[in-house]
Amino acid sequence: MKIKLKINNQDKIIDIRPDEMLLEVLRKNGCLSVKHGCDTGSCGACTVLLDEKPILSCSYLAAKAEGHSIITVEGAQKKVEQISKYLVDEGGVQCGFCIPGLVLTVMSMEKELNNPSEEEITHYLSGNLCRCTGYSSHTRAIKKYLEEKK
Amino acid sequence: MKQVNKSVPKIDGMGLAKGKPAFTDDLADSNAIIVKVLRSPHAFARIKNINVDKATKYPGVECIFTHKDVPRNVFTRAGQGYPEPSPKDKFILDEYVRYVGDELAIVAASTDEVAEQAMKLIEVDYEVLEPVLDFEKAENNKSVIHPEKEPYTMFPMGFDASKNIACTYDMHVGDVDEVLKNSEVVIDKTYYTQAQAHVAIETHSSTAYIDHYERLNIITSTQTPVHLRRIIGEALGMPINKIRVVKPRVGGAFGGKQQIHGELFCALVTLKTGRPSKCIYSRKEVFESSFSRHAMRLNIKIGAEKSGKLKAIDLRVLSDTGAYGEHALTVFMIAGSKTLPLYNKVDAVHFGGTVVYTNHTPGGAYRGYGAIQGNFALESAMDELANKLNIDPLELRKMNMIKEGETSEIFKIMGEGGEGTAQIIESCKLDYCLKRGSEMIKWNNKYQNKNKKVIDDKVRGIGLAIAMQGSGIPNMDMGAASLKLNDDGFFNLLIGATDLGTGSDTILAQIAAEALNVPVEDIVVYSSDSDLTPFDCGAYASSTTFVSGNGVKKTAEKMKNLIISEGAKHLKIDVSDTIFDGKIIKSKDGENSISLKEISKGWLYNYGQAQKQLLAVDSYVGKKSPPPYMAGFAEVEVDTKTGHFDILNYTAVVDCGTTINPKLALGQMEGGLLQGIGMAVYEDVKYNKYGQMLTNNLMNYKIPTREDVPNINVEFADSYEPSGPYGAKSVGEIGIDTPPAVIANAIFNAVGVRITDLPITPEKVLLAMKKKQIK
Repeated sequence: MKIKLKINNQDKIIDIRPDEMLLEVLRKNGCLSVKHGCDTGSCGACTVLLDEKPILSCSYLAAKAEGHSIITVEGAQKKVEQISKYLVDEGGVQCGFCIPGLVLTVMSMEKELNNPSEEEITHYLSGNLCRCTGYSSHTRAIKKYLEEKK
Repeated sequence: MKQVNKSVPKIDGMGLAKGKPAFTDDLADSNAIIVKVLRSPHAFARIKNINVDKATKYPGVECIFTHKDVPRNVFTRAGQGYPEPSPKDKFILDEYVRYVGDELAIVAASTDEVAEQAMKLIEVDYEVLEPVLDFEKAENNKSVIHPEKEPYTMFPMGFDASKNIACTYDMHVGDVDEVLKNSEVVIDKTYYTQAQAHVAIETHSSTAYIDHYERLNIITSTQTPVHLRRIIGEALGMPINKIRVVKPRVGGAFGGKQQIHGELFCALVTLKTGRPSKCIYSRKEVFESSFSRHAMRLNIKIGAEKSGKLKAIDLRVLSDTGAYGEHALTVFMIAGSKTLPLYNKVDAVHFGGTVVYTNHTPGGAYRGYGAIQGNFALESAMDELANKLNIDPLELRKMNMIKEGETSEIFKIMGEGGEGTAQIIESCKLDYCLKRGSEMIKWNNKYQNKNKKVIDDKVRGIGLAIAMQGSGIPNMDMGAASLKLNDDGFFNLLIGATDLGTGSDTILAQIAAEALNVPVEDIVVYSSDSDLTPFDCGAYASSTTFVSGNGVKKTAEKMKNLIISEGAKHLKIDVSDTIFDGKIIKSKDGENSISLKEISKGWLYNYGQAQKQLLAVDSYVGKKSPPPYMAGFAEVEVDTKTGHFDILNYTAVVDCGTTINPKLALGQMEGGLLQGIGMAVYEDVKYNKYGQMLTNNLMNYKIPTREDVPNINVEFADSYEPSGPYGAKSVGEIGIDTPPAVIANAIFNAVGVRITDLPITPEKVLLAMKKKQIK
């Protein structure tokens, strides 16, 4: 079946299988920053923004995204760089596999929460798992980013 | 030191954050054949018949392999050096399947869906056998897991497949039974440690293609590209000059990617079809069908004087290696060799035991590698001894622990599967680590105030443990590097070392930059390509900073000398009168000089018969394995009504020598500590009575989220290891070792119950408290 999607601000008509997940469709269409981590919507590595809200593309049917706008890290390079600078400086990017999903969730958090506390930050981002860093460097980086952005 | 001991941002950090295609699945050909594996539903069975006719005819299927179609060469997937210290007990595919998830057939198809459908059409007739699911009943069990005749070991390690024994080992110094008998106090306890899953966020991934030289190229998420090339050649019976292995970026590994996984399956499919293939494991496959930490039973006896002076330690271990023996011997030996030297002043010490086969997912390398298991037993037992003697556990450690300038006979006796290497400890700041850590967590106040009620039914407690690790495998593991000078005066650093996200590309560039006195930006790194980069054993055994780092340092020093000697020729001055400061080559009086920028251009373009390529290559093999040390402390708050507990604070003070990159070292520590905390308090690979794994996805197997992070405080001791590159030792594994014992000790301090089997769950704490009340 064919669906209409806006991927990173470009209108596309894409041929999909009815049972195909958005993750696979995005990867097939060049968005390789979207990662396959767990198959069960548990790890957050496949996070993308659907109409500016984070969703888990591994458990989101591509057909359901018909007519919506998807943003991946490929389509938000400038913003991603602004946030990631803090993550990199704090040593918060180890293997880097989870970072695109995390950064997109941070972008959404920025819009949703005004002046979040550390507890609110960790709660908002808790669906983005990382096995390398122990998270502390992420928290330091994101707090610093939010602080300096003010 | 200008470039080391400096928190340079990780050189690939921004590119990875921006989502550059850098991981295996990103690099696979978009038309790659999909490789899937049909896996055993039984814990133990013999395949009486397997019929793939229907599946082969399914449209879109490229090829299917069963045990009848693949070379029958016995090998080990461990991914270790050579000769391998693990039993060779694995075939690519076999007529036996030995655990739920073991490989039955390899299916290659145009898409995932076709492969899945085809797998359903494969007809298998099993003779279901009685599995061995209790590792304490594995030895001499009537079910023999490896009845085939081919398995062997490359050197004696007590392997006896007929008894389900993968290996045995025994060592002693002095007469431990006699010393224990005469000790004033003896602690005699048994501890259990569970299997833990690595859960790197990137699943095991590999892809293969044949290049224009008609060679097999494998791109794979691995810790050990060179070992992998050797093992693939061995398993397929093909010359390794036909194989190239490239490690791209790796999405976390933690030991899980030391072993080989889907690489062989891709190789088979690509060799047969001539077309690119890829094999990306599902999360379920990673849990069920790769490797997990060896579960162990550890019996420990500690004999001491009433004063607290230790007299003897006896550690006897039974380890579960699952269906295959990857790292069976070495993980088990490290339970002794990287714990017992902490207390080097005993009159007698004994370590021994057995590693058995069961019908579980195989045990394999996992960060901490035996040390975390041994540490839980040793450091819990030390706490029990302190309690029995009514001595502060901090004082008990101080009284007995190893100190700078000392040694332990164990270093010489126990190595990586065989004899070890004697060494004097030249850097050990354990005394500082304990002192500083106890200040940070306010040990003295809190330890004495144990069982203190905070609010309602909540009481707090505090615990500590010390730990050691190593820095590579001495006289065995090698790290090599090459440096090439380019026009404009920058360098290519080629290293075999494998960055797994640890930041080794960055810290090795820092080491080269330090030796050459150039900025890190002038070092362009390329790593882990079996065709292009010099040899490196790979990233395991806490080796990269120390072994590969020393290799890079030697190489960079050689390059510096080359620049000086060739520069002197150009300037027509004596070598002994020539210096190179990172930018300018000049005579000592400064009268003759030329910049590196200018001369490097001339050497490549303008100097006629004096043109030359400057290239330096060197390698390093450790003469010793200097241990990093640490002291870990935790404060817990236990709800006495429910057994639920929170870790309020975790404090770690670490001696890893010079931190080449303090922020990356901190990241290793914080990440290691949280994995250790996960193992201590909830991570647990569980099976049902049929040997099916219950925890085969991230819904049932929980790893810590960012909401589970306690307040963690890490500091580094001021330390310098003379044998390390610019004073550095390893830091990759030491962080994971202490949490199980520290938390068990803190719970004991809080509520007076001792949990001896991991993980330490609220249920166990509550039950132990109830039992104690009844008594």
